[in-house]
Amino acid sequence: MSQITLTDVSRAFGKIGVLHDINLDILDGELIVFVGPSGCGKSTLLRLIAGLDRPTGGAIAIDGKDVTTVPAADRGLAMVFQSYALYPHMSVRQNLAFGLENARMARAEIDARIAEAARMLEIAPYLDRRPGQLSGGQRQRVAIGRAIVRNPTAFLLDEPLSNLDAELRISTRAELAALHERLSATMVYVTHDQIEAMTLADRIVVLRAGRIEQIGTPLELYNHPANLFVAGFIGAPRMNLLPVKVAAGGTGRSSLTLDGSAGFEIDGIVSATNGDVTLGLRPHHISLADAGKGDIAARVALVEALGSETIVHTRTSGGQTMLAVVAGQYPVASGDTVDLKFDTSHLHLFDDTGVRIAVS
Amino acid sequence: MGDVRNGIATRAGAMILAPVGWLANVFDAPLRMLQRRTGSNGMAVFFLAPNMLVFGIFVLFPLVINILYSMTGGGALFLGDRTFVGADQYGRLFSCGSYLDPKSCTEDLFWIAVWNTLAFVVLQVAMMVAVALVTALVLNRELRARSFWRAVFFFPVLLSPVVVGLIWRWILQRQGLLNLMVFEAGGTPVNWLVERNWAFTATIMVSVWAHVGFYALILLAGLQAIPKDLYEAAEMDGTRPLRVFWRITLPLLAPNLLVVLVLTLIRAVQIFDEVYVLTGGGPGTSTLFLTQYIYEVGFASMLRNPGLASAASILMGAVLVVLTLIQLGIARRNEQRGKMR
Amino acid sequence: MSRVAEFLFRRRGGAGWHWTDVFTWFWLIGGLIVMFGPALWLVNSSFKTPAALAEFPPTVLPYVTAEAIVEGYEEPLQLFEVRNDDGSVRVLAEVRRLGTVAQMVDPANPGEIIRVNIQNRTPKRSIAFALDNYVQPFLAFDFFLYLRNSVFVTVVATLITLLTNSMAAFALSKYNFRGRSAVMMLIVATLMVPLSVILVPLYSVISAMGLFNSLWGVILPTVATPTGVFMLRQYMLTIPDELIEAARMDKASEWQIYWRIILPLTAPALAVLAIFSVVWRWNDFLWPLIVLSRKEVYTLQVGLNTYAGELNVQWHYILAMTVVTMIPVVLVFIFLQRFITTGIAGSGLK
Ligand SMILES: Nc1ncnc2c1ncn2[C@@H]1O[C@H](COP(=O)(O)OP(=O)(O)OP(=O)(O)O)[C@@H](O)[C@H]1O
Ligand SMILES: [Mg+2]
Repeated sequence: MSQITLTDVSRAFGKIGVLHDINLDILDGELIVFVGPSGCGKSTLLRLIAGLDRPTGGAIAIDGKDVTTVPAADRGLAMVFQSYALYPHMSVRQNLAFGLENARMARAEIDARIAEAARMLEIAPYLDRRPGQLSGGQRQRVAIGRAIVRNPTAFLLDEPLSNLDAELRISTRAELAALHERLSATMVYVTHDQIEAMTLADRIVVLRAGRIEQIGTPLELYNHPANLFVAGFIGAPRMNLLPVKVAAGGTGRSSLTLDGSAGFEIDGIVSATNGDVTLGLRPHHISLADAGKGDIAARVALVEALGSETIVHTRTSGGQTMLAVVAGQYPVASGDTVDLKFDTSHLHLFDDTGVRIAVS
Repeated sequence: MGDVRNGIATRAGAMILAPVGWLANVFDAPLRMLQRRTGSNGMAVFFLAPNMLVFGIFVLFPLVINILYSMTGGGALFLGDRTFVGADQYGRLFSCGSYLDPKSCTEDLFWIAVWNTLAFVVLQVAMMVAVALVTALVLNRELRARSFWRAVFFFPVLLSPVVVGLIWRWILQRQGLLNLMVFEAGGTPVNWLVERNWAFTATIMVSVWAHVGFYALILLAGLQAIPKDLYEAAEMDGTRPLRVFWRITLPLLAPNLLVVLVLTLIRAVQIFDEVYVLTGGGPGTSTLFLTQYIYEVGFASMLRNPGLASAASILMGAVLVVLTLIQLGIARRNEQRGKMR
Repeated sequence: MSRVAEFLFRRRGGAGWHWTDVFTWFWLIGGLIVMFGPALWLVNSSFKTPAALAEFPPTVLPYVTAEAIVEGYEEPLQLFEVRNDDGSVRVLAEVRRLGTVAQMVDPANPGEIIRVNIQNRTPKRSIAFALDNYVQPFLAFDFFLYLRNSVFVTVVATLITLLTNSMAAFALSKYNFRGRSAVMMLIVATLMVPLSVILVPLYSVISAMGLFNSLWGVILPTVATPTGVFMLRQYMLTIPDELIEAARMDKASEWQIYWRIILPLTAPALAVLAIFSVVWRWNDFLWPLIVLSRKEVYTLQVGLNTYAGELNVQWHYILAMTVVTMIPVVLVFIFLQRFITTGIAGSGLK
């Protein structure tokens, strides 16, 4: 059992507020990911949970017990650091044992736990080496091993994969997911990589400038981003965003006008104060059509042919950059004029404050 | 390579610490209890305490009561037993017919020491900086076995002042090595440490001999920080060595030279140990310097006068504070300049 | 030999001796002689007998004059080589000397006194090391006591210095607390307060604590070295904070973090400080001179200075004692010179 509850948690360094009124319930056994741009306060939030730092306001509870002032050592959590923070003067075995010795655990139990973790993480051959004699990937495993042997109530991981090269990152990501499955332990995972967040998370917390923008499962965030920030942050390539004018259309329909000329109608009523809204459309939901058959004409600026799909960068007559991702290989070259066709069942609308507008 | 050496040092350190490891465990239980009360951050006070305690008792406190001492008179040691005399001690130090003529002063020894020290500082610092600079320049050339040569000049730095004093007393005595060489060269042997001017010269030479390696090392580090390509560019232009020295080396070395200059100044003002062993301040008072004056007045002479010694030491301290502030200022400026680079 | 010369004298660039090359070698060779010469001369002299030391011009090698027990004389007599008028040389023992004439005897024939003009004789000598110079100070003087006191002061002061300085450096580099910069300022300020400025009040503090004439009175005032705190702090700043946080998550107490994480990782800097501290404390003179007034507590430096200051200076003992005093420092120099020179170049501390 390990449920972590944050209530109105805030943290300021001097006069500068870094976290503002964070409310969050982390469920038992869940892998929750904090994601957001650099400097948004992810690490700070994780350190508050860890007890390495104290909030300037609010409370933190683990399994219902208020731990706001409990020191890190007594919270029963384990942390994997971005730099791994392995003790360079100790062998891998000593690194793993250090925390257990501090808890005055019996030697036999310590050895058993190290053996178990070493087997699970396949680090047994390196147990007597020093961290300096290991590769990046091996160090990363040791860092995770150091957390596992502690048998913590929850794992806290701060960008644990960011020091690995691209290939290793993908395979380690999969191992982490498997590990979570096996241990069914609560994990709090920090990253600024939204793909990592999407693939690993049970739930994602999107942070910006010290505030939670949205909490939800990966698909909830993808399909229903609560605001422009989340819409732009989640999904790759980024969602196309362009200003449109909305007006009442036919019965139960609304009409959207792009660039003052081109436009189309959608089902549902859109309530916008003065008709200025932002239209969001993922590149995957735009297709190319022959001239005159699409919703808007555009000029191809760049074609990225990836084989399995083709990313087409275009520029509308109004000067908007629009990306379209087309499945397979598509015969188009930069300089061509094409028509973009929108999949209107997947469009998102945001009002002038950036908040999602429900289409009813 | 550096990594390996570092690793060895780290391991050696761990090995040294291992046997005393139990000490940590003995202390750990009570300290954990302390930590429960203070919190992690509060333990900083605990870690700071021993050093600051020693520091407070043996540096700060004496510093503060030194001022009180300088305003009291009599021969008693403890402050409580002494009589307050205000600025009399300073008055006594400064009561002079003419400051240039120590004989006209009440405390003629003080003024003799002041003028001796001043002469010493000027000559010794000039000589020290010059010799250190030349040595550093020589060592900075492309030499085989540079670390050997560096060690040659550094060797006397580690010797104790007493040893330095005795070595040179032995060399400079009437039947010593120097006179042997003078004799062999056909000259008349001189009683180096008994003739005023020679004795004074000897204190300068000996102190330069003893410390020049240290300053040469600092300057050498400065020289080695000058990018090699500057010299290569100059060589391409066919610049003559002296010109390279004036136009490239000296300007770029200026910050280090300044540091060395101030450091030598600070040390020269306090000169005592090796001179005390070498000449004992003599012959007469010709090598009596300020620190020895303070020592004699405060401790060694029959009529001890701690108040007067305090007053003199505070005056010397004031000079040192000014010099040290200059040094810190330079260090800070160098640091900023280093960052900008 | 020429190989060595070639190795040593290889110049940059190539052909011809530029004047800077000449100067460089003049300076280096001159430096070699001036820097090592005096100490070598001292060591050399320390093996000579008092008689050899009193000679002028001094000889390079340590000679002793030969003596012989001659029948009929209580004291051993000094042997001389005497040149006869015909040029032949024989060895005679001197009984006494009257003006320019010496009364001598042949050891083989002690009955007959031979008169010899002193111009015609030279002392018979052989090379011998006067090791007695080294033995006597230990046997007849308190030299061993001084040595022990010096070792005690050096070792204890260095250990305390390492402990207190590293603890303070840890606090100043890894904790955020109110007044940290004030403490730093305070420590910087002490750089300005050399011992010679606080001699009188410090002496009274030591006396009031009953540490006058105690080795602890020599040790304690020296252990809070600001340079040590600075150097260690500088080094500790390079240890990532995450290591400490990892240890905290690992349930380590702050003391354990200091002892098991920080200290081992600071070992290189501690080693440098230890070397410096050993040299500093071994060489300390002015303060022990003031605090220690009883012979039993003298350190080597004070003891040596006292011997050298006595009226009838026995140079043969002084020289030997000086050599013994030099030995630890020379050992440090030989084995750790690289450590020290890089330490100085890196931090400018002395
Ligand atoms: N000790 C501190 N003192 C002052 N400001 C701090 C401190 N620690 C963090 N901050 C500030 O708090 C903000 C959040 O920092 P944090 O490390 O949590 O960012 P992050 O989301 O983890 O970023 P990244 O993805 O780059 O790791 C940053 O603007 C940072 O400058
Ligand atoms: Mg971070």
